[in-house]
Amino acid sequence: MKRWWLTLLCAVIALPSWADNGAAEKRMLDIAGELRCLVCQNESIAASRADLAVDLRQQIREQIQVGKSDAEIRAYMVDRYGDFVLYRTPLKATTLLLWFGPMLLLAFGLLVLATTLRRRKSSVADALLSDDERKRAQALLAQTTDNGT
Amino acid sequence: MSRFVWPLVGFIVLVGFLAFGLTLKPSEVPSPFINKPAPSFTLPQLASPEDTFSPEAMKGKVWLLNVWASWCYACLEEHPVITALAKTHGVPIVGLNYKDIRGEAISWLERHGNGYVLSVSDTQGRVGIDYGVYGVPETFVIDKDGFIRYKHIGAVTDSAVRDTILPLIRELEQ
Amino acid sequence: MIAELGHFSLILTLFVALAQGCLALAGAARDNAVWIAFARPAARAQFLLIIFSFATLGWSFIVKDFSVAYVAQNSNSQLPLLYRIAAVWGGHEGSLLLWLLMQTGWAYAVSVFSKQLPDVMVARVLGVLGLVTAGFLLFVLLTSNPFERLVPAPIEGMDLNPLLQDIGLIFHPPLLYMGYVGFSVAFAFAIAALLAGQLDSTWARWSRPWATAAWLFLTLGIALGSWWAYYELGWGGWWFWDPVENSSFIPWLVGTALIHSLAVTEKRASFKNWTVLLAISTFSLSLLGAFLVRSGVLTSVHAFATDPRRGVFILMLFAVVVGSSLFLFALRAPKVGMGGRFELISRESLLLVNNVLLAVAAGAVILGTLYPLFIDALGLGKLSVGPPYFNAVFIPLMVPALLLMAVGPVANWKSAKISALMKHLHVPAVVALVVGVGAPFLLGRWSALVALGLALATWIATAVVKGIVDRMRATRTGLRAQPRSWLGMHLAHLGIAVFVAGVTLVMGYETEQDVRMTPGSTVSTGGYDLKFLGVNKAQGPNYVADIGDIELSRDGRVLRLLHPEKRSYISSEMPMTEAAIDANGLRHVYVALGEPLADSAWSVRVYYKPFVDWIWIGCILMALGGLLAISDRRYRLKRRERKAALVAAGATA
Repeated sequence: MKRWWLTLLCAVIALPSWADNGAAEKRMLDIAGELRCLVCQNESIAASRADLAVDLRQQIREQIQVGKSDAEIRAYMVDRYGDFVLYRTPLKATTLLLWFGPMLLLAFGLLVLATTLRRRKSSVADALLSDDERKRAQALLAQTTDNGT
Repeated sequence: MSRFVWPLVGFIVLVGFLAFGLTLKPSEVPSPFINKPAPSFTLPQLASPEDTFSPEAMKGKVWLLNVWASWCYACLEEHPVITALAKTHGVPIVGLNYKDIRGEAISWLERHGNGYVLSVSDTQGRVGIDYGVYGVPETFVIDKDGFIRYKHIGAVTDSAVRDTILPLIRELEQ
Repeated sequence: MIAELGHFSLILTLFVALAQGCLALAGAARDNAVWIAFARPAARAQFLLIIFSFATLGWSFIVKDFSVAYVAQNSNSQLPLLYRIAAVWGGHEGSLLLWLLMQTGWAYAVSVFSKQLPDVMVARVLGVLGLVTAGFLLFVLLTSNPFERLVPAPIEGMDLNPLLQDIGLIFHPPLLYMGYVGFSVAFAFAIAALLAGQLDSTWARWSRPWATAAWLFLTLGIALGSWWAYYELGWGGWWFWDPVENSSFIPWLVGTALIHSLAVTEKRASFKNWTVLLAISTFSLSLLGAFLVRSGVLTSVHAFATDPRRGVFILMLFAVVVGSSLFLFALRAPKVGMGGRFELISRESLLLVNNVLLAVAAGAVILGTLYPLFIDALGLGKLSVGPPYFNAVFIPLMVPALLLMAVGPVANWKSAKISALMKHLHVPAVVALVVGVGAPFLLGRWSALVALGLALATWIATAVVKGIVDRMRATRTGLRAQPRSWLGMHLAHLGIAVFVAGVTLVMGYETEQDVRMTPGSTVSTGGYDLKFLGVNKAQGPNYVADIGDIELSRDGRVLRLLHPEKRSYISSEMPMTEAAIDANGLRHVYVALGEPLADSAWSVRVYYKPFVDWIWIGCILMALGGLLAISDRRYRLKRRERKAALVAAGATA
């Protein structure tokens, strides 16, 4: 019983320091992974080896330490570098088409598919092979034979 | 024709956008600070570290904040333009010496001339981050009330001074 | 002198290509046998001339002729021979020469492997290819001449971009371009068919192996690029949704739709307009990719140094090629017949739904890639569209496509019965459910996404295996007796299953740590211990490296030493990482050096990546499936047999 308490006590004491390093670092990387580095513009701040990215990672670490929330840290970056820094494009009036575009495309695609299938059903029903096509197939055959050696 | 024309129409619109895209500069990110108050800071002066400087000291003047460093090649390129702007047009320019070593910065100024009212040392680059600096050199135009009105990214050229920066300064001075 | 010969040869190729394009197309229109006969030898001549040009540029690199501007910009005297040769296509100008080599190479292949086709058709196809080649030659000669001289010649060259000094990057562009350019053959077949007004199942049969060949190269090219980014960029990602990656992925998606749609057009003469549009789109999107990468309208780590003239020229080329094709399509498509009838539930309908999903997915990727450009062009500011967006829109579109993948191959043409489908698919469904729900428990942590991904992968894989076994039983034949194109399809589908399993498992269970390590300290990941022994300096041919010594062990037993590197190339300020990877097919232990810290400590990135190899194994299986499909004997039918086949097709259609 006594040992059990001891173990628990150790765990409680050990927990904060572990969380400080591991969990905070993970949180930093999660935030930095969705921020775009402005120097090497196609890398995230988490990935970039640029000087500024190193500084900004340190900024994020410090802000995590003083208890800022993820949203506050992101706002800090947007205040300085604009929406450009956000890899997760914010949903606003100018990005409505971006976020809902694929859905509209899908709806449009399925609509076209449905109308095409319906139209086919009514028009293809009789003509299995149109005269035009049969003629072309024959012409092609004739051609192949003509060129044969 | 009818519905089979639509791919062509869509394509023409796309080409229009792409053609327009060619005239844009994708790597230049506009500053979110335009028409916002310049962030405040207090930094030691480069020449005399015991003295500090804050942007509030420039209240009532239209001035430039020029971010530079001795390690930055493009700064050397723009330096004559900056110096001329200060000396011939009398524009007060404060240098933000970004992530530099003090001794090297001072000798750089000795070698290439110093048109700055003064320079301040941002050794850690903290003020740079507060101003959203991502590529040195960068130049901010700040008005009498301490609002940022314009940001130039990269080396300032003669044509940028003539066509944009000077007219803006004259307008703000009215 | 050598470089001038190469330049001259390019100019000569331009004239041959123009002559071929005009004569062959005019000959086909007027039925002039002499002009038609000009097409094949002209195509072969172009290939030989470009090989010669390419060889002269290669020679200039080998002998370090820095008076050639391109050689001076992309190599120096310390660069090892292998990379000097690869540097031929390491920059913008040379990579265009590689593009031309591929372009004329494909045309050469068409001229050789088209004996069973009517000459007039071959003339049209080669004529279209000749005009495309001429367009690219003009681009090279007017804006991007790789043979330009520097006067006076510099004593030393700059260097090949260190990112490109890597074995993966030697083969990545050739494979990718083989794919991009390969789709020009399917494109040329489509344009030729539109010109002739002969859109029928023979056209589909002719272009199908070409489209599949291009697709398999593109698959390999993309996979190799992803593998390269994985170990070279040093932080374990394998896909970044970067604009350049997207511009190769978009043609892949549409090309995948194309090879499925071609199947329907060949077998059932349906969706002809749609197939033609896809054939035009696939190549057009390859051109769009070339524009995006080379014009500087989008920023990317992979983008070439840019010059506004090039952007304008390539946009014009793009506008002319695609605009005229779509114009021709608008003129001719309304006259095309409908083809064979089919029911709402049939293989045709399922493939059509697959096409819609793939096309919408491609549309979504295009939208995300170009959206920042649109917003900027409209003066609405700058924004970024990154991986979170693409994952959010792309994955939901792929789930139904993967579900249908198992259904399509067992559905009958014309009309499929639900009861028959159920009979085929109830086993895969049960296995998929069991694996999807159960496997995540065994792997340690249950999550809905892992369950979904594994269920889909199992669903496809089981359906593939059951499909093959059922057929062998029903026909009482062995595996080798099955048609190769049919086996190829199943192999490619199996590749998708392996790929999906790999992606799911690595995303679900990978771990990453960014740790500070001093000599003697250990870190454990996925049951393995990594002991940091220290970092040593080493000198490479044109770089200095910090090489880490890290001991990999499990349960106290030392397995091997890992040597992650961090290189500083003389020519570049950016350090390059070379990750060290211990792979066994089931997992990677991935170590990359970060920055040096105080007291001989280093920041080290350690990743445990379960099943990450499966991502690329899946891609290789897909490509092998494509290879198997194009080796099918029906594409090698002799003319007489083809005639019989045509008559038979006419009778059944």
